[in-house]
Amino acid sequence: MKARAFQKIYTHIENITKATCTVRADGVHNEEMALVAGRPAQVVKIDRDRITLQVFPGTQGIPTDAEVVFLGRPPVLTVSPDLKGRFFNAYGAPIDNGPAIEGEEREIGGPSVNPVRRKQPSELIATGIAGIDLNNTIVTGQKIPFFADPDQPFNQVMCNVALRARADVIILGGMGMSNDDYLYYRTMFENAGALDRIICFMNTTEDPPVERLLVPDMCLTAAEYFAVEHRAKVLVLLSDMTLYADALSIVSNRMDRIPSKDSMPGSLYSDLAKIYEKAAQFPDGGSITIIAVTTLSGGDITHAIPDNTGYITEGQLYLRRDTDIGKVIIDPFRSLSRLKQLVIGKKTREDHPQVMNACVRLYADAAAAKTKLENGFDLSDYDKRALEFAREYSRELLAIDINIDNDTMLDTAWRLFGKYFTRDEVAIKQELMERYWKE
Amino acid sequence: MSTKGTVVGIVANLVTIEVDGPVAQNEICYIDLHGTKLMAEVIKIAGTQVYAQVFESTRGLYTGCAVAFTGHMLEVTLGPGMLSKSYDGLQNDLYLMSGVFLNRGEYTAALDSSARWEFTPLVEVGDEVRAADWIGEVPEGWIRHKIMVPFDYPGIGRITSIAPKGTYRVTDRIAVVVDAEGNERELTMSMRWPVKVEIKGYASKLRPFKILETGVRAIDILNPMMEGGTGFIPGPFGCGKTVLQHAISKNAEADLIVLVACGERANEVVEIFVEFPELDDPRTGRKLIERTIIVCNTSNMPVAAREASVYTGMTIAEYYRMMGLKVLLLADSTSRWAQALREMSNRMEELPGPDAFPMDLTAIIANFYARAGFVQLNNGQSGSITFIGTVSPAGGNLKEPVTEATKKAARAFYALSQARADSKRYPAIDPIDSYSKYLEYQEVVDYFDATIEPGWVGKVMRLKDMLLRGKEARDQINILGDDSVPLEYHITYHKAEVIDFTLLQQDAFDAIDASTPIKRQQYMVNKVLDVCSRSFAFDNFEEVGAFFRRIINIFRQMNYQEFMSERFRQLEAQLETVMQEREGRGVPEG
Ligand SMILES: Nc1ncnc2c1ncn2[C@@H]1O[C@H](COP(=O)(O)OP(=O)(O)OP(=O)(O)O)[C@@H](O)[C@H]1O
Ligand SMILES: [Mg+2]
Repeated sequence: MKARAFQKIYTHIENITKATCTVRADGVHNEEMALVAGRPAQVVKIDRDRITLQVFPGTQGIPTDAEVVFLGRPPVLTVSPDLKGRFFNAYGAPIDNGPAIEGEEREIGGPSVNPVRRKQPSELIATGIAGIDLNNTIVTGQKIPFFADPDQPFNQVMCNVALRARADVIILGGMGMSNDDYLYYRTMFENAGALDRIICFMNTTEDPPVERLLVPDMCLTAAEYFAVEHRAKVLVLLSDMTLYADALSIVSNRMDRIPSKDSMPGSLYSDLAKIYEKAAQFPDGGSITIIAVTTLSGGDITHAIPDNTGYITEGQLYLRRDTDIGKVIIDPFRSLSRLKQLVIGKKTREDHPQVMNACVRLYADAAAAKTKLENGFDLSDYDKRALEFAREYSRELLAIDINIDNDTMLDTAWRLFGKYFTRDEVAIKQELMERYWKE
Repeated sequence: MSTKGTVVGIVANLVTIEVDGPVAQNEICYIDLHGTKLMAEVIKIAGTQVYAQVFESTRGLYTGCAVAFTGHMLEVTLGPGMLSKSYDGLQNDLYLMSGVFLNRGEYTAALDSSARWEFTPLVEVGDEVRAADWIGEVPEGWIRHKIMVPFDYPGIGRITSIAPKGTYRVTDRIAVVVDAEGNERELTMSMRWPVKVEIKGYASKLRPFKILETGVRAIDILNPMMEGGTGFIPGPFGCGKTVLQHAISKNAEADLIVLVACGERANEVVEIFVEFPELDDPRTGRKLIERTIIVCNTSNMPVAAREASVYTGMTIAEYYRMMGLKVLLLADSTSRWAQALREMSNRMEELPGPDAFPMDLTAIIANFYARAGFVQLNNGQSGSITFIGTVSPAGGNLKEPVTEATKKAARAFYALSQARADSKRYPAIDPIDSYSKYLEYQEVVDYFDATIEPGWVGKVMRLKDMLLRGKEARDQINILGDDSVPLEYHITYHKAEVIDFTLLQQDAFDAIDASTPIKRQQYMVNKVLDVCSRSFAFDNFEEVGAFFRRIINIFRQMNYQEFMSERFRQLEAQLETVMQEREGRGVPEG
C-alpha cells in the first residue's frame, strides 16, 4: 500500500487507544484508508476535523508524532483474470512471491444486488456426500455454513466439497486459520491440479486479528468480478466466520460500544448479512456460492454468532461425531438446506423429497428409542428395528466420507426401508411406494 | 426558505449536521456527496446540532457536505398503480432502478406518472366531503381503486369542480374542494402521507369477529386468525416462519396482500417474484401477483430503510383499507426492524434497555400492531388490516425483549417449536403453547356457529384437550416406560398423534395438501373426532402403535387426494374397515 506523492502528512496524533488513534485533519472521507506509522488504517469516525482511525495491526508502539498519511480512497482490490492461482494477504497484497496484479482497482464492500435482478438459484451442486446431496441439497447462489466444533474436520470436508463442486473459480478466505490448515488447503488444491482456479486471501493465526475484517470483502469483490464480468460459477469458502465475528467484537469493545448478547456488537446481524447476502445467482449465468465455517463452542448453537448466522444463511450443515459408528456425520436434525426445495424431485429423482423426510422421521424414532434405552426401559420390536436402521443409515448415508451419486443414495434408503420396516411404518405416498419399495 | 445544514460528524450511518434554521423531528433531508443526494431522517435535535440516520452507505462523506432539509417527514405516495409493484423500504420501485446493483442515491417513482387511468366520479359539484371520502374510482387491475379526499383534509369541504368520466394521469387535477373559509384545494388522484402516522379518517374500529381463512389447518382449526386481527410467529431459525408466511400469503382469502420482507434473505423474495406471477389465487383464478404488493428491504440493504419498510407496508395497507378492502399485511421479520432500532440507539449512545434494545421498544411495537384492525368507514362500509409478523428470537429463547413486547401487542401467538421442526412435523406450530385470544370472543363463537357448524368452538376445545392429554400421556410413558403404564395411556397418546398427523401437519410443498378450504377442514375435524371418540380393543401396547400408525397412514394419503375424489372415498372406506376390525371387542374408555 503506497502513499501518493501529493498527499498531506499529519504528525500530531491526539489520542491513542488499543485499536484506534485520533488525529486532526481536513478533507478526510468516511471509510478512507490511511497509513499510521506505515500501518494500514481506516477512518471509522469523523467529528469535525477530529478523525478516528482504526489501525488494523494494532497501535502498539505508535508514538504521538507518527506520520499519518491519508490515501484518498476506501479499501480496494485490483481485479484482473490474473488473480487466479494467486495467494494474498488481507489487504490484497501477494504473499506468494508473485508479481503485483495489474488491473482495475475496485472498492471492496460495494453495493448489493437489486433483489429484482437476481435469478432464482436452480443449479444443483453435487458433492457425493449424502448428508448434503440427499438430506440438504445445495445449489449455486446459496450461502450455507458448516456448524462444527473446532476439533472437527471441517476444513477437510470443505476442501472435498470445493474440489467436487465443478466451480470455475474457488476463492478461499482464511480468517485466523492455522498455518497448518492453510498449507493443507494449498497441498490439496495442488494435488488436485486445481491451483489455476484458486484465489486465496489469507489471515492466519500469526496475523493481527483485526485484519481479518477485510478478508470476506476481498474475497467477495473478487467473486463479483468473476461472476459478473466473466459469468463464472464462483465458490467462496470462508473459514472461520466465528473468528471474523470475534474480531468485530474486539473492535466494537475497544471503541466503547454497548455490547449486546455474548459481548457481540448490536450490529452483528447486519455485519454478517452484508457478507452472506453477496451470494447470488446473476442474470447472465454467473453465480456466487458461499460455503463457510462457523465454529461452535461445545456444540452451542444458541451463542450469538451461530444464532445470527443461522438467521442469515440458507441453512446450515451441522457436523457431529456419531459414537455408535465412530465417524463424523452431517447431523440430519440440526442441518438444513433451505434451497433444496428448488431442485429435489425436480432435478433429482421424483422420490427424493419423500425418501429424505421418511429417513429423518425414522431416524428421529431411533433417537427416541435410544433415550428410552438410556433410561433403562425395554425396547419394543419397532424401537429395535429403528435403532438398527439408524446405525446403518448413519454409516451408509450420513458419514462425511461417503462419495456416491444421488440415485445410489435413494436406492440405499429404499433398501434400508425394506430391510427394517413395513410399508405402513415408512408412510410415503402410495404411488412412490409401488414404484420403489424393495422387500 | 427551507433549512440548510452542513455535515460535521459521521459514525457508520449516523451523521451530525449543523443547521441554520428550524428542523422537525423525523424530518427528511438530503446530503450532497459530489452531486449524489443521500436521503436521511432526523432522529434527534440538540440546539443547532441535528442527528440524522442515513438511508444509504455513508462511505466517502466528509465534514462540510451540504445538507438540504425538505420540511416533511418520511412519506409515501399513494394512488393507483401500486398493485403488483415491488418497492424497497422507502417505496422506490425496484424494477425502475438501473443496473444489477443498487446505486446509492438512486430514487425512483412509486407511481407511474404517465399511466392513464379510467376515472369515474362518485360525487357531484356541490357535494359536501370530508377527509377519506370517495370522490371517484378507477379500475386498478381487478380492484375498484377509490380516489379519496386527502386524509389530512380538515373539516368539511364542498366540491366546486369534479372531472368528468375519462382518462387521467395520477397528477392531473380531478377535483377542487372549498372549505367554509373559502380556501380552495385542488385534488389529484395521488397524495403523500407520512408513514409513521396512522391513516385515521374512518368512523370506528370494531372488535374482529370474522375468520380470515388461511388454508393452514393448524391455524384455521386450532387458533384461527380474524379479519382485522393481529398475530405473530416467533421461532428459532429454520423452524418455518417464512415458509408459513408464504403459505398464508398464497392461500389466505384476503383482497390484497402486502408482503414486507424486512431484513431477511433476498432469495426468499426472489421466490415470490418468480412464483407469484405464475400461481393462481385459489379463490379468484387470477394470478397471485395481481393481489400482492411487495415491500422488500433485505438484510444487506441499508439498515435505516429496514426500519422504514414496515411503516411503508403498513401505510400502503391502510390506504387500501380506506377503500373497503380486506388487506393482509405480513412482515418477516419484525425482529430485524427492532434490531435496526437497536443499532441506531447504540450509535446515539442512548441508555440501553434489556439486551441493549431501546427502552421504548415495547411502546413502539404496541403502536405498530395497534394500526391493524377492522374498521367501519364513514360511508358504512368496512375494511380491515390483518397483521401477522414473524419474530426471530435470539438463541430461540422466547424470553427476549422483542418476543415479550410482541406478545403484549398481538392477539394470536403461533409459536414454532424446534423439536417439531427437527422431526419434520411441519408446520412446526406448537399446538399446546400457541393460542388465539379470538376463540374467547363471543362474537367469534357465534360467527363459527353460524358459518361452520353449531358448537364448532367446542369441538376445537376438545381437540386442544386431547392434544394436551396426549402430551401428558407421552410424558408418563417416557418416565415410567411402555410396560408400566395402563394401555389407556398409549391409546390417549396415539389419538393425539392422529390429530397431529392428520390435522396439524401439512405439506406446504404439495399441490393439494398445501391449502385446505374450511369445508374440507370441517370434514376432516369431524372424521378425526369420530376416530378419537371410538373405543378399540388391544392386547398390548405394540398393537396400539401399529393400529394407529395404520390409521395415520390412511389419513395422510387422504390429505394428498382431491377432496371427495374416488381415491379419497376409497381411503375413507378403508379407514372404516380398519377401525371396525378393532372395535367392539373391548370396554369403552372414559
Ligand atoms: N411446512 C413446511 N413443509 C416442509 N418443509 C418446511 C415447512 N416449513 C419449513 N420447512 C423447511 O424448513 C426450512 C426453513 O424454513 P423457513 O425458511 O420458513 O424458516 P424460518 O423460521 O423463516 O427461518 P429464519 O428465521 O432463519 O428465516 C425450509 O426451507 C424447509 O426446508
Ligand atoms: Mg425466515
